[in-house]
Amino acid sequence: MLSSPFLTRPLPVNQIMLRVLLALLPGIALYVWYFGPAILISLMLASLTALATEALMLKLRARPLKPFLSDNSALLTAWLLALSVPPLAPWWLVVIGTAFAIVVAKQLYGGLGNNPFNPAMIGYAVLIISFPHEMTHWVSPQSLGGVQLSFTEQMSYIFLHTLPPGLTLDAITMSTPLDTLKTQLHLGHSVGEIRELPIYGRLAGQGSEMVAAGFAIGGIYLLFTRIISWHLPLVYLGTLFVMAGIFHLFDPAHYVAPLFHWFSGAAMIGAFFILTDPISSPTTAKGKIIFAAGAGMLTYLVRVFGGFPDSVAFATILMNMCVPIIDAYTQPAIFGRKDAHK
Amino acid sequence: MRQLYTFHGGIHPPTNKAQSTTQPIAYAPLPAELVISLHQHAGEVAKPLVEVGERVLKGQLIGAPVSGFSAAIHAPTSGTVAAIGLQIVAHPSSLPELCITLQADGKEEWAARHPVDFRTLSNAELQSHLRAQGVVGLGGAVFPSDMKLRHSIPVETLIMNGAECEPYITCDDMLMRERAAEIVRGTEILRHALNTKSVLFGIEDNKPEAIAAMQQAIDDSSLPFEVVAVPTLYPGGSAKHLIKVLTGLEVPSGKLPTDIGVQCFNVGTAYSVKRACDDGEPLIARVVTVTGNVAQPRNYEALIGTRFAELVSASGALPGTDRYIMGGPMMGLELPGANVPLVKASNCLIAASDALFPPQPAPLPCIRCTRCVGVCPAELQPQDLYWFAQSNNFGKAQEWNLFDCIECGACAYVCPSSIPLVHYYRYAKSEIRARDQEKRAADLARERHEFRQLRIEREKQEKANRLAQKERAATTANAKTVAETASVPTPAKPVVTVDDTQQLRINTALERAKAQATAARPKNTDHLTPEQLAEIAAIEARRSHIHDIAADTGADDEPPKQS
Repeated sequence: MLSSPFLTRPLPVNQIMLRVLLALLPGIALYVWYFGPAILISLMLASLTALATEALMLKLRARPLKPFLSDNSALLTAWLLALSVPPLAPWWLVVIGTAFAIVVAKQLYGGLGNNPFNPAMIGYAVLIISFPHEMTHWVSPQSLGGVQLSFTEQMSYIFLHTLPPGLTLDAITMSTPLDTLKTQLHLGHSVGEIRELPIYGRLAGQGSEMVAAGFAIGGIYLLFTRIISWHLPLVYLGTLFVMAGIFHLFDPAHYVAPLFHWFSGAAMIGAFFILTDPISSPTTAKGKIIFAAGAGMLTYLVRVFGGFPDSVAFATILMNMCVPIIDAYTQPAIFGRKDAHK
Repeated sequence: MRQLYTFHGGIHPPTNKAQSTTQPIAYAPLPAELVISLHQHAGEVAKPLVEVGERVLKGQLIGAPVSGFSAAIHAPTSGTVAAIGLQIVAHPSSLPELCITLQADGKEEWAARHPVDFRTLSNAELQSHLRAQGVVGLGGAVFPSDMKLRHSIPVETLIMNGAECEPYITCDDMLMRERAAEIVRGTEILRHALNTKSVLFGIEDNKPEAIAAMQQAIDDSSLPFEVVAVPTLYPGGSAKHLIKVLTGLEVPSGKLPTDIGVQCFNVGTAYSVKRACDDGEPLIARVVTVTGNVAQPRNYEALIGTRFAELVSASGALPGTDRYIMGGPMMGLELPGANVPLVKASNCLIAASDALFPPQPAPLPCIRCTRCVGVCPAELQPQDLYWFAQSNNFGKAQEWNLFDCIECGACAYVCPSSIPLVHYYRYAKSEIRARDQEKRAADLARERHEFRQLRIEREKQEKANRLAQKERAATTANAKTVAETASVPTPAKPVVTVDDTQQLRINTALERAKAQATAARPKNTDHLTPEQLAEIAAIEARRSHIHDIAADTGADDEPPKQS
């Protein structure tokens, strides 16, 4: 017999996760619009892998399958990972990443609620370190007017690794706008010259800037429905903006504008969907601000001065590590103890 | 308009109050038998003053407060004491309490009543009067009201709590609607005792009828009291939170409201104070909401000791009820059955079923979403407290202010993982209290042991001192004798003689022990015949065989290790 309260009215875990999945849809729709349907295959592969590995691990750990398979958390990890991986890549790439995320980063740490690191970001980190070559071939946006593969041609590349005769992978893929920026700056070009390249659009990369905007729309939905609190996304984007703004003002020829950073790479999906994973982020308001500011700074520093073109994953993982200590040192004053706290 | 303040968190559960406010307060029928618990208040169990078979009158003192922190118990009606013994009552521990069973004679014959004119009484005199009349807080905590009149610094503000924030409960609402004048009168008495300047009635704004009735009664009395409609927000009726809303002051953790010059009484308590002073009637009845799965939810004025089953049948029991909750659904207590008696703390009885309170799904792990942090009125970190409690990390739980949790249940109400959070907090609190008690007991035992050691040591020392003194005295006496009679030869030193005899005794004892040891040496394992040896070998072989078999089966039977 449990004690009171006898009345509860929660928004259950699976509903929360479902709403986050729904919030990803605008970004996914724009992804398909600009880059073709290959991403849908990645999402499908990742989802199936996540559910299968989750079920297997639950079975091995002698945990009930139904409540944990229906909590939608594995699907969310799968989708976040699939959206971080180039869609036109051999099928095993996203499968390995998802399997690692679920098996090692989530279930071996104790499953739902117990993972200190964001599983999708661990999966991503494993892939970018182990398969750097496969991770750099991104589909060119259809608006660039290059050769476009049909859905069946994309399928045949993903599963059979065959391209239509006469086509090379380089002809249909490119490196990311962030990567291109970094390479071109190394080659001595100025930001102004680089931004003239056809792959760039109004704010950042053509197509990808719109996908980022789609994620931002989903994120705003999450903010308004109070699925996530404002602290993490706003402080993260704010820090990124301020960092980029300072450098940009100081030397606009070498440092790209803040909005470019916002709408490039994983900044938007990171701000609203990745950092906001409650399990691996701090619980106190002050802690969330520190966490997001740290992640924002790390993202900028690695992007501009580090070896990797993007760094949302590393920024997230590094800040995940700090969560216990951030939480311990940011405990707020409680009712009736505010004077003692000051 | 008075400036109101807010407190952090809170929730808006469906109030479900309308059902039980359609009918006026009814007098519950006089039961044939009443069971009066001697522990209906915060503090120590009252001492029974009557014997089995004794006839008692309505309002007669039958249980006396045993210490400063206790309350008097009175007979709710006239009748005969049928039994005094342990019975299951409405108590979180489900442990039986000492109860007096009273056979009502139906005459309702009153004992002498002692009305007092409060204006002639000092605070101390009023305290002893309320104590004699068994008045305790009726908001739920049943804290002896006389103790709440004590204060160290002047009490500036008296707050009358009519917030009644818990769902389903309407006893204060109905009492304010119907007996506002008496509540104002009781408040006047309390204000007189505390000598406060301002008196505020805090009533949640979902009770417009009660607010209007109280305002009317105050206007009629022309007392300078103020009715303040406070926003409906659970748990806004918690004394500390109502004080915050009305005054902006936070009662410091571990302190009493009087320490910051505020005191808070429930409106129902004020009504009892009025009855105790003006009418000389002790607290023997209260208003209780009977609601939930009953044909006619309503409020009753019922005698303390009435079995809940009688109230349920008065309201028309409906099929489907499978449990009863005393109090509201947020902080209430599941009763061990409908046969337990009404106590002073019983503000509400809910006939509950799965239709009303659907069973909660199996809990999932905490996802640290901090929805609980958002609603916690004590501004705690419920997810951390849960983590510490479920891992038995009680030191950390205390460090994270576990004991500032008021167990309002807001955290569990919103938990997406359906974790029974408050259950964990209650568990941790009781474990910590039990360990503290054990530690105190152990400390006491150690102290006693150390004291005993000290005493033995001291006694030894004293004995040695006495001996030495005696010896000195003897030597001086000897010296005197020697000096006086030089011709007498010095006697042999007695000490040496003692030593010699002692040594002799030790030697004899040693020799005796040696002799015994030698005598006992031949054991049944010595000097064995070859036949006996063979038999032993055979037995050993059989045993080792059995051992092997046991080891094998043991290995097979060993359960697979759980991950």
